[in-house]
Amino acid sequence: MASTATTGVGATASRDALDRPPSAHPAARGEPDRDRPARLAIRDLSFRFGERHVLRQVSFEVGRGEIVGLLGPNGAGKSTLFSIITGLLRPASGEILLDGQEIAPGARALRARMGVVFQAPSLDAKLGAFENLVLGGQLFGLSRAEARARATELLAAAGLADRAGDPAGKLSGGLRRRLELARALIHRPSILLMDEPTVGLDAAAFKQTWELVRELSRRQGLTVLLTTHRPDEAEACDRLVVLAQGRVVATGSPDALRARVPGDVVTVEADDPAPLAAEIAARFGVHPRVGAHGIHLERERGHELVPRLVEAFPPGRFRSVSIRRPTLADAFLAITGRDLEGDA
Amino acid sequence: MTSLGYDLATARVLWWRDLVRFFRQPSRLAGALGQPIIFWLVIGSGMAATFRMPGSSLGYLQFFYPGVVLMVVLFAAIFTTVSVIEDRHQGFLQAVLAGPGSRAALVVGKAFGSASVALSQAALFLVLAPAAGFPIRQIDWPLLVAALGLAAVGLAALGFAVAWAVDNVQGYHAIQMTLLVPLWVVSGAMFPMSADHPTLAAVMRANPVAYAVSAARRALAGELAPGVLPGSAARDLAVVALFAVAALALAIVASRRRA
Repeated sequence: MASTATTGVGATASRDALDRPPSAHPAARGEPDRDRPARLAIRDLSFRFGERHVLRQVSFEVGRGEIVGLLGPNGAGKSTLFSIITGLLRPASGEILLDGQEIAPGARALRARMGVVFQAPSLDAKLGAFENLVLGGQLFGLSRAEARARATELLAAAGLADRAGDPAGKLSGGLRRRLELARALIHRPSILLMDEPTVGLDAAAFKQTWELVRELSRRQGLTVLLTTHRPDEAEACDRLVVLAQGRVVATGSPDALRARVPGDVVTVEADDPAPLAAEIAARFGVHPRVGAHGIHLERERGHELVPRLVEAFPPGRFRSVSIRRPTLADAFLAITGRDLEGDA
Repeated sequence: MTSLGYDLATARVLWWRDLVRFFRQPSRLAGALGQPIIFWLVIGSGMAATFRMPGSSLGYLQFFYPGVVLMVVLFAAIFTTVSVIEDRHQGFLQAVLAGPGSRAALVVGKAFGSASVALSQAALFLVLAPAAGFPIRQIDWPLLVAALGLAAVGLAALGFAVAWAVDNVQGYHAIQMTLLVPLWVVSGAMFPMSADHPTLAAVMRANPVAYAVSAARRALAGELAPGVLPGSAARDLAVVALFAVAALALAIVASRRRA
């Protein structure tokens, strides 16, 4: 079970690291160790819900100490995949490998080594923060004394030491999420699984959560697999597995995926975007897309297009023209033709 | 850690959690004591005027008391297992399901937790036993605890099976009201088995709760108490034990359904 004597993340270390953006940790960008089998490998996993194919032959790997994000909009199959890996659902077909060994989906050997943060709250709202952690530890076979020691440690690391006795239900949303994460880590799992871990968190709590995760991954080789539909969260991962309509459509580092969008993204905001988009297409020989936030054009040397757009249309045809570097949301749109923020 | 170790840990955590939650909620404690007292006094007094035990001078309040003890156990089992429905999709049980314990350990832990809460509630009500005409020292406590404990485990496991299969609170209560409550009504708790109604008597004989009521009557009022089923206390306990094991098995099968 517990393999190292290292404690959780020291409060000092995380405070020190908070000043830097999450993606700036140099060690975290390391490639997975190619000599050893992946910590977790998913092969040809399929799942059907009645007639609907929720997952189709999904395959990917997560290396030791790697932080991998499953990126996709709501309905892409992320949560189903998550439920299968945690053993809550049985796949129709496919394999799961732990350290290169095939294991039955939902096997105890896998469950014992994973820490799970669910999207829905899974703390006992009536019990105190400390008690929740202790019970969580005992579920994974820690003795009462061990569980209490770990709980004290993790509450301190999460900045919750002074709230130890408060019922979990009385904590704010952000603190509850931190407590969920602490509970998932109490038995020192080798794999941390998180389903949309930062939904509902403010910017500061988001940053803090990610610092903790990154620190554990870097220092203790914790393997992390999470689902997300947030571009900023995806940006913080080492590698992404892009999921659309139950299929893996791309994998790669955030940089590599962004590189699939050539050049710049020019966005034109207008009251009546559809006809304007058609006109832009006709005049400039480009292929604009009408999205939730206006008309999008991907183009190399986008800065040259902006003045021509402004001159081509009379004032009032659009509200604004902007140019920026592509984000992962743009990459997702380019790869799948769908909006990341919408429903699949 | 061995598989058995994980399973024992899981069962222990769930059992402990149910007990802690119960003793921490004063409203539940008050309800646990108030509701059966009201039920016992109101129904007991209402029936007392018209009801005469054949061949006995026993008053109805006294006759009804062991039945109310079983009712306490039954209702406790219903109300502690309903939480399973929400808890499993949005709550603590999610974490238990994703943990290393088996589903069987989850069922056993939850059933024993519910049963312990039920026994605690019954103990509160049993403080009134002398007032009902059963002096504390004359009660056969081992028999009473065994009968109530086994019935509580069986009823909680049955509740768990229903909760897991139905998976919505309204449906759960609908089934419990048409399944478990009638089990209690025709258990001999309210009226004794009568040779004049052979069909009802047959239903009673097939009803495991009737054996728990019978054992409780033996424990409180002795072997010759009115309403005791023909046979021995050991037979009563054996039937209730069989019921508990069968209900646990049913709940374990039900819990194997995913998610």
